[in-house]
Amino acid sequence: MTNIFRGFGAIFYKEVLHVRRDFATLFFSLIIPLLQMTLLGYGIDTNIRQINTVVFNADGRRESRELLDRLKNSDTFRLIRYVQNDRDLNDMIISGRARVGIKIPVDYSDRLLHQMSAQVLVLIDGSDSSVAGQAINVTTAIGLDESLRHVLQDRVAFGVDMRPKILFNPDSRSPNFFLPGLTAILLLNVTTFLTAFSIVREKQQGTLEQLFVTPVRPMGLLLGKLLPYLGIGFFELILILTCMRFVFQVPIHGNVLLLAFLSLPYLFVSLSLGILISSKANSQAEAMQLAFLTILPSVFFSGYIFPRETIPTILYPLSYLVPATYFINITRGIILRGAGLVHLWTDGLALFFLGTLLLILAARRFHNKAILA
Amino acid sequence: MLATQTQPFAEPAISAEHLVRRFGNLTAVNDVSFRVEKGEIFGFLGPNGSGKTTVIKMLTGLLPLSGGSARVEGLDVRTDAEGVRERIGYMSQNFSLYYDLTVEENLKFYGRIYSLEPARLKRRMEEVIQLNGFEPYLKRLAAQLSGGWKQRLALGCAMLHEPNLLFLDEPTAGIDPVARRQLWDLLFELSGHGITFFVTTHYMDEAERCSHVAYIYFGKLIADGTPDSLRQLPDVQPQGTLRVEITTPEVTRALRLARHIPGIRSATIFGQSIHALVDENFDLDGLRSQLLKNGIAVAEIRSLAPSLEDAFVELTYKHQALLEAAGD
Ligand SMILES: Nc1ncnc2c1ncn2[C@@H]1O[C@H](COP(=O)(O)OP(=O)(O)OP(=O)(O)O)[C@@H](O)[C@H]1O
Ligand SMILES: [Mg+2]
Repeated sequence: MTNIFRGFGAIFYKEVLHVRRDFATLFFSLIIPLLQMTLLGYGIDTNIRQINTVVFNADGRRESRELLDRLKNSDTFRLIRYVQNDRDLNDMIISGRARVGIKIPVDYSDRLLHQMSAQVLVLIDGSDSSVAGQAINVTTAIGLDESLRHVLQDRVAFGVDMRPKILFNPDSRSPNFFLPGLTAILLLNVTTFLTAFSIVREKQQGTLEQLFVTPVRPMGLLLGKLLPYLGIGFFELILILTCMRFVFQVPIHGNVLLLAFLSLPYLFVSLSLGILISSKANSQAEAMQLAFLTILPSVFFSGYIFPRETIPTILYPLSYLVPATYFINITRGIILRGAGLVHLWTDGLALFFLGTLLLILAARRFHNKAILA
Repeated sequence: MLATQTQPFAEPAISAEHLVRRFGNLTAVNDVSFRVEKGEIFGFLGPNGSGKTTVIKMLTGLLPLSGGSARVEGLDVRTDAEGVRERIGYMSQNFSLYYDLTVEENLKFYGRIYSLEPARLKRRMEEVIQLNGFEPYLKRLAAQLSGGWKQRLALGCAMLHEPNLLFLDEPTAGIDPVARRQLWDLLFELSGHGITFFVTTHYMDEAERCSHVAYIYFGKLIADGTPDSLRQLPDVQPQGTLRVEITTPEVTRALRLARHIPGIRSATIFGQSIHALVDENFDLDGLRSQLLKNGIAVAEIRSLAPSLEDAFVELTYKHQALLEAAGD
């Protein structure tokens, strides 16, 4: 008799109507993450130009000046200052005035003239890893190019050996590494708001109170709200993945269908989180603040920005509580490493449990009606 | 208590015993007891913030009770809130409709939420549409309805599942007089089918039409009975007093004067006249000449039976005085 899902069908029917009626607005909100991805993605992906560069040319002869000209012409580097010692070189980078420091040793020309390989030290500020990655690529390319020219001219093997060394942040990322993580965060961001706003709106309209005098049960209400938005979250995932794959050319090494399947428990978590937020918040602004508070740990403790290994030991258990941890493992696993269900099923299961827990917590709050006060 | 349980037909639609509801320090509902019999139109009146909505929320299971007990349709609201919800309909103070859904969709949604069988849902939809005259508006969004139609739609949604008891919280606030009259005609028609109504209102003409009224004043129930019985309460019409209506073009000035004349116990303006409670042996001709001496012409002075409004005003004054005495 007591069907804990009572009212599910009615709520589902109504939510689908809401979505259909207001699809334009909804669609617009689904486009925003694509814009965010484009902005963030291009910030990393496109060629970074005119990186502030400081030079310590200890040699100073023609060969060394030629090398500097080539660096300058690459358009990647802007030589902003020439210094005379190692300390100034370092200071410029530490103070942030230059991102890259190039040191040409005293014996550079001599070694080349004596047909030995010469080394150039390239110091790179890794605190901005996109800059760092770019700098490495270009300097090694120029080094290679320079070497080839010497090889061709003088028939000497390997003339210039560029030695890039990254300071501060040895774990640099490429867009391929960055975008799968970003997918998880963007998805969390959008979907949490879907359910949170939907219920907060009912609170403000007074229709939630109206629902509470009907026989609808909390689980029926919440699942009826959740399921239509699961469909929308899924649609959003497809949009984001399409953008990642075809705009940013990030290859997907694993099975896309598996990725789609494993995104379901993740969407379940974020939608449940939205519901839990809505049980506390009484306005959209409040819901946004709370959502921001809950999304923040997912940004910092999931390995999205900092590798989880670098999280301080006492905070480390937190990383198991944030849903993005599992989903980033899933996206990176499938997209970058071609992982399969055997490798990722535990992450999927963890997400499913997390979502169920959140939904039960929310249902209890809705049952007590404390949320109407 | 036991007696009512063994006699199912005598079971009232609502019986509230010593209801208390506190919000922090504020006691919004203070030891309120009353009974509403089946088939009654129960008018619940009181100034703003006196606790009307709070009582409704307690009876519908939206707010837990801080004290007391209540049975609605024979079921305890504390232990069987779910059973209560099956049997009642509720129309909140601000018609809670889904404005982006059409009239038809709103109705259908509420039908489904009460899990009406498809055949019954169809029949009820037709009945409610016919009863309320929704036919021309079915495909219209609720947002685009006028105030009167919104309120009708809210009522339609609340009664779709054929509840025995309907709670209507200020159903006629902000609605034009014609729509108001139509709504009351509808209530009477439904009441004829045996539905019990619990209606809050600020309109005295509506209160006069109720078969049973109660008046709540800052959490305290201070009157409960038929409109006639309230008019005849000793507090409303004390022994040895007379109620008179003084018609004059200068009501405000007349009132100021009247309040200082011995023998006049209370006076209130009603439109172009003053309603005053005076001593039985008060000299009405003396009053007329005294007013005239101050340049106030009096068209008419006549004795008056107290209206329900008079009754509530008197009761309010009395309780204000009691509260002040207790406070100081
Ligand atoms: N959730 C709440 N938290 C705190 N105080 C509340 C709450 N709900 C109502 N109150 C207070 O309880 C008192 C009674 O409010 P209630 O809404 O029941 O009055 P009302 O008689 O319905 O008034 P109105 O005629 O304006 O609708 C008011 O003082 C109100 O401020
Ligand atoms: Mg009210």
